[in-house]
Amino acid sequence: MSGKTTPMYARPEALKDVRTHYCAGCGHGIIQKLVAEALDELGVREETIVIGPVGCSVLIYNYLEVDGLEAAHGRAPAVATGLKRARPDKLVISYQGDGDLLAIGTGETVHAANRGENISVIFVNNAIYGMTGGQMAPTTLEGQKTKTSPAGRNPLDVGFPIRACEMLDTLEAPAYIERVSVHNPAAVRKAKKAVSKALRYQMEGRGYSFVEVLSMCPTNWGIDPVRAAEWVKDAMIPWYPLNVFRDRPAAESGEAAAPAGGGASAGVRAESAKNNGFAVEEKAS
Amino acid sequence: MSRVVLMKGNEALAEAALIAGCRHYFAYPITPQNEIPAYMARRLPELGGTFLQAESELAAISMVMGAAAAGVRVMTSSSSPGIALKQEGISYLAGAELPCVVVNVMRGGPGLGGIAGAQGDYFQATRGGGNGDYRTIVLTPGSAQELADFTIRAFDLADEYRIPVLILADGYLGQMSEPLRLPEPSGRIFEKPWAVTGAKGRKKNTIASLRLIPETALEDHNLHLKKKYDEVAEAVRDFETYRTGDADWLIVAYGTAARVARKAVDRLRADGIRAGLFRPKAVWPFPDRELKELAERARRVLTVEMSLGQLVEDVRLAVEGIVGVDLYGRAGGAVPAVDEIIGRVRDYERQNYAHVRAS
Repeated sequence: MSGKTTPMYARPEALKDVRTHYCAGCGHGIIQKLVAEALDELGVREETIVIGPVGCSVLIYNYLEVDGLEAAHGRAPAVATGLKRARPDKLVISYQGDGDLLAIGTGETVHAANRGENISVIFVNNAIYGMTGGQMAPTTLEGQKTKTSPAGRNPLDVGFPIRACEMLDTLEAPAYIERVSVHNPAAVRKAKKAVSKALRYQMEGRGYSFVEVLSMCPTNWGIDPVRAAEWVKDAMIPWYPLNVFRDRPAAESGEAAAPAGGGASAGVRAESAKNNGFAVEEKAS
Repeated sequence: MSRVVLMKGNEALAEAALIAGCRHYFAYPITPQNEIPAYMARRLPELGGTFLQAESELAAISMVMGAAAAGVRVMTSSSSPGIALKQEGISYLAGAELPCVVVNVMRGGPGLGGIAGAQGDYFQATRGGGNGDYRTIVLTPGSAQELADFTIRAFDLADEYRIPVLILADGYLGQMSEPLRLPEPSGRIFEKPWAVTGAKGRKKNTIASLRLIPETALEDHNLHLKKKYDEVAEAVRDFETYRTGDADWLIVAYGTAARVARKAVDRLRADGIRAGLFRPKAVWPFPDRELKELAERARRVLTVEMSLGQLVEDVRLAVEGIVGVDLYGRAGGAVPAVDEIIGRVRDYERQNYAHVRAS
């Protein structure tokens, strides 16, 4: 053996060298590291602005070595819209949790997607409100007990858990929609690919990209981290299937490279004008 | 020399924003300010700017926040109930010290109210409609000319102090067509090293709102903001006086109400009653000591407003009880009439000074 060791697992430059405050077994640390790795690999750390929302996700700016700002609860996609329209040459990431994205910010989520804003939304779905201490989220599963659904979520009373990817997939404009998970190393590798792809699509001016990441919240689920990872696989994935819902190829015309004004990409407009429809490539995951 | 044009107040304001270099505008439709988004929708694309009709007022002000954070000049406009919704974002913008211009072309309330001009959002504008300890500069134009001129000033003040600036107009000012001279750009340039534009060749910028650690972080920030507000309060003393030199009656009014009050001053003077008008052109900071100085020489102050006792509170705070302050207010889209203002003054004179005349 040679004396020299090659690190197989290095800290990305975009990830700050600080101790995490996130709870043991929380998925945020993994997902934020994936974002940092993707920024490093794409060489865009210095071109990126991350929007933090309200909720546990807000503390992302403590961990990423990139410019960032905090939006009001639910408004991250609108803040991202304003930022991207002002600086269409920058990479803008909206990093949001489930309460933010699907409850108080449903309108902003749907309309930013519908406009085909050339931004990337990373949606961390852990089926519960974390920062406020474990209340029912729009993605809390049927029968799941939380502080505000102590008898378990009853869909007849409060509705069924919302599937974000499927809902956004009804819209014309989005370029890329995928649901991934971080419950085991294989899933993490797939999640990494999805995050990278979303950012790359934005760089290429293809328009709106959305990655939902199923994640663990052992603290508020009241179980240990190992069981939490299993619960993602056994309880969440059956309701939230991992899938590529939308992956529109780049426009053949070559107009996709430079979106004007940061809104729906030239690719969207070109293709829309051509056939008034979108090719959707389904992939098994 | 800039040209004289005939424009609706709303359009004069919109054109002035473009002259000031605003190239990003986000808004949601509401009467009586719809000429502003229509104007921007037509003009901004011609100038390579961004016009975007937002899905809601909450989204519009959040888009403003994103563009302001990116370091560009940005504006939104709305009317009373819409401004109520924007308060969330205004609080965040104020806390994050992001410059922007927010226009309120007021209509009557509460609730959906009516669509005619009113001044019922004075408290909302000056007392901070959103949460937390913050201030915004509030400019109160009184004509199409001032809608344009104050807009130029609003963008400069916003950038200079890193503060949201409200232009508090009303439906009558917005809808009325008047001749005006289009303003020139101020030419002032403001560096924005704090903007989030990607951390290239510098440390990263974070525009935060949550301040938990250390324990004193939030109060330190509050004190920093207070210091800035004190500076603004010294620098912005915007008001106009009319025939106040020897005035026994000091009428205080802003915006549309002040236009009527000015006519009332002339009529009262013609009838032998020495009246004068004090017109705040900004209501935060309120020109309090200047008003008090004039009030010291007056017998009585009358506040005329298109609301039922909002401006009068600042007037009373300013004069500190040295002279009586009366209120004449109309609401719900009604405008005080010259005769009504005169009647108010005469009634008072009759009740209180009849013995003087009789003797």
